[in-house]
Amino acid sequence: MRYHRTSAIVLRQFYLLRGSPVRVLPLFAWVAIDIVLWGFITRYLNTVAQAGFDFVPVLLGAVLLWDFFTRVMHGVTMAFLEDVWSRNFLNLFASPLTIGEYLSGLVLSSIATSSVGLLMMLVLASAVFGLSFIGYGLLLVPFLLVLFLFGIALGIFGSALVLRFGPASEWLVWPVPALLAPFAAVFYPVSALPHWMQQVSRLLPPTYVFEGIRAILDGGEYAGTVLAWSLCLSAFYILLASWFFSHTHRQAVRTGLLARQSAESVS
Amino acid sequence: MTPKVLSVSRLRRVFNDTIAVDGISFEVGRNEIVGLLGPNGAGKTTTINMILGVLDPSSGTIRVEGVDISENRASALERTNFAAVYAPLPGNLTVSQNLRIFGRLYGVKDLPERIRYSLDKFDLKDREHAKCGVLSSGEQTRLSLAKALLNRPRLLLLDEPTASLDPATARDIRATIREYAAQDNVGVLWTSHNMYEVADVCDRVLFLSHGRILLEGDPRTLPQEHGKETLEELFITAAREPLAFEQG
Repeated sequence: MRYHRTSAIVLRQFYLLRGSPVRVLPLFAWVAIDIVLWGFITRYLNTVAQAGFDFVPVLLGAVLLWDFFTRVMHGVTMAFLEDVWSRNFLNLFASPLTIGEYLSGLVLSSIATSSVGLLMMLVLASAVFGLSFIGYGLLLVPFLLVLFLFGIALGIFGSALVLRFGPASEWLVWPVPALLAPFAAVFYPVSALPHWMQQVSRLLPPTYVFEGIRAILDGGEYAGTVLAWSLCLSAFYILLASWFFSHTHRQAVRTGLLARQSAESVS
Repeated sequence: MTPKVLSVSRLRRVFNDTIAVDGISFEVGRNEIVGLLGPNGAGKTTTINMILGVLDPSSGTIRVEGVDISENRASALERTNFAAVYAPLPGNLTVSQNLRIFGRLYGVKDLPERIRYSLDKFDLKDREHAKCGVLSSGEQTRLSLAKALLNRPRLLLLDEPTASLDPATARDIRATIREYAAQDNVGVLWTSHNMYEVADVCDRVLFLSHGRILLEGDPRTLPQEHGKETLEELFITAAREPLAFEQG
């Protein structure tokens, strides 16, 4: 693994963001709108629900964490799609860049872009709607880590899908978080789901985060083993997604798909 | 013995039922410019794609300075670079940004100085801060060449490098490539449909048809050896009647 090659991918993303406000705006605009929308919903719910229950940390906190996960995933896929849109595969993959270095570059780019969104959400949710993270305690850090790791895994998986099925398949990738949200028990406990959905939800690391948040806010305990399991599960998905991307790339080189992305091979 | 810059042995590529490259073998030596010629569909770009590691051969080996690309891809590609009309640099980045990014990808040591040299050499200094998407086709070609020479590659692959250049610029570019190839340990594989250019630049040519090498030799003497006046005449005859030139 060569640092300078990974840094080239990050630098590319930095140049694109610096040179285009249109790329910067979505980093915080959509999450800000989400926080404002759900902030007012939670305020309203607090006025109509029974006294003593605070919806802000339960609902608004969940929205914030889910949006963070979504931004992480989109951070990886956006950086990848820049190469799809600019038809840059031939230049990149005919260079000494390895798949590990390329994926590392995408992940580092996503850390930078998702941090902007997270910061915006934290400021807005706490300053305007009084969301406090004291209730979550130090567990907030591993919770964010689980969501970050799973977001990276899904981002890499989505990028592999586009590499395999071509640029048009990007529309399959964008709605993946929305597709997972009902299973991940973001706004309700897993017990509210039918049995078959509960089975699926147990395979998703975010489920353990949102179950944990509700348990802590209810004054209950959150077992360290559950946290360790969700971290291991996320790490496993990253390995699986990286293998899938690498395998897809190998197949694209084998079949000629990669060469055809930029040029007609038989000429 | 010092290995050749490029050694291709029994290279073959089959797409479903189509044989794109049919067991070709050739070498590119040091300080040598080899022209890879042939009509559309002859297998030139497929060959270049395999040398660049973006397409697996069905069989055969490719070695860059003795390094087998299938065994040590990164090491082989560190010694290689290319320019092709179908692989423009990203249009949403500026000229200098692209050169900085690709300089890092190829691990260029003295990058700022190397970029300044390349911008001067390819007459791009005034366009340094222009987005590549707004460059003229000639400027884009010059930028691709600047990127291709950025890492001082031992093996330079050029797929129709002067296709969109005006005659004066094309002549300057040919002189630059010749000068570069004259340096120690550098070999160039050059495809072109311009036979005058090939005769002017290449030390040796390989003529491909239906994935096989039909002819090989010095572009200045090859036409006479086959009873033709010019390389273009030989090209046209070989493209239309490949069977007449089948070897073995």
